[in-house]
Amino acid sequence: MLAQKLHLHDKNILAWLAVLCAALIWFALYNIVQPFANWLAYDLLGFANASRLGESLAFFFYDVPKIILLLSGMIFLITTLRSFFSPEQTRAWLGGKREGLGNLLAASLGVVTPFCSCSAVPLFIGFVESGIPLGVTFSFLIAAPMINEVALVMLFGLFGWKVAGLYMLSGITIAVIAGIVIGRMKLENQVEDFVWQIKANQAQGITYKPAWAERFTNAWQSTKEIVGKVWLYVIIGIAVGAGIHGYVPESALVDIMGKNAWWSVPAAVILGVPLYSNAAGIMPIAGALIEKGAALGTVLAFMMAVVGLSLPETIILRRVLKPKLIAIFVATLTTGIVITGYLFNIIL
Amino acid sequence: MLTIKVLGSGCANCKHVEQIAHKVITDMGIEAEVIKVTDYAEIMAYNIMSTPGLVINEKIVSTGRIPTPAEVTTWLTNALETV
Repeated sequence: MLAQKLHLHDKNILAWLAVLCAALIWFALYNIVQPFANWLAYDLLGFANASRLGESLAFFFYDVPKIILLLSGMIFLITTLRSFFSPEQTRAWLGGKREGLGNLLAASLGVVTPFCSCSAVPLFIGFVESGIPLGVTFSFLIAAPMINEVALVMLFGLFGWKVAGLYMLSGITIAVIAGIVIGRMKLENQVEDFVWQIKANQAQGITYKPAWAERFTNAWQSTKEIVGKVWLYVIIGIAVGAGIHGYVPESALVDIMGKNAWWSVPAAVILGVPLYSNAAGIMPIAGALIEKGAALGTVLAFMMAVVGLSLPETIILRRVLKPKLIAIFVATLTTGIVITGYLFNIIL
Repeated sequence: MLTIKVLGSGCANCKHVEQIAHKVITDMGIEAEVIKVTDYAEIMAYNIMSTPGLVINEKIVSTGRIPTPAEVTTWLTNALETV
């Protein structure tokens, strides 16, 4: 037993050392990205400093490694943090909370609790079954996919921490308000009947506390998986963005995507829905569009529609929600996103 | 004989857990039946909130993650001892 303990202890120390080394290498790489991109575009490939192609290339060589580095580093951090939360724990925290506070807590926990849309149904049933109000459950189900790690990191990398923070705050606000609205409508009868008939006969929830070594290994696995899924979209997106950056004239988009084009927010939301899997590739293009005169609120609304109004999640939830409740869920969320888009266009 | 249930509605991770279960059974050379439980009502009877779930002889051993083959081996060994 003692030997086993020591062994685990050593493993944890080794894991921490590996993570620290990786962090140092990460910081070193992150700091040479800009000089390296300039050197590659202007010195090695010999493009003139002010040429359009040179500028586009420097932009591309800078953004690709920067975004990939940010994605890897931050997703690793976020998944490590998430290993301290579990749906079971979240349910316990939400038990007995009232409207308002319960919605706020649910939306905030939606950000940090590990969530995959394939688990949306057991999670929904687990919440409702233990007496958590429908509205509070929806606050969680809206916040969890919308404020996801890829969306946050892309916004942070391309627009800075203020925009990323704004995105997170407005995502939580939408989740809270939409949850309260759905809760007030008294739609319990619109949940599929079998959900109310399920009686969990075994109260043997298992608590699992992984060691540091395991947290890091799992976080590394998820990071590889997530970055592996999005890197190609990121590169394509940045390539298109770099083209726009170098070739589209300044403020060319003010008329069609600027603040005064009122229809651009709903149009962006509708466009965003079928693009759920490509959030990572679309953000760099959106970034370049903003630079040329598109409004930030429009772009944020677009991003929220891409990740928050996820078609696969809606289809999965159909198994526990009747069509009317699905429609109300989608309509409330869409309205919330459109209002947020307008709001940012007005205040920013 | 042991009964192993993999709880989950056919997501990629659930298939992975099922593969691990089959592999461990073959490696240990034991007889066990692996059942895939995909019906939500049946899954929820185990009171789990994240899939995939792994159940050995009606006892939940893991939820919401992919256990390592070493862990599954330990659980199966323990289950064999208590039979």
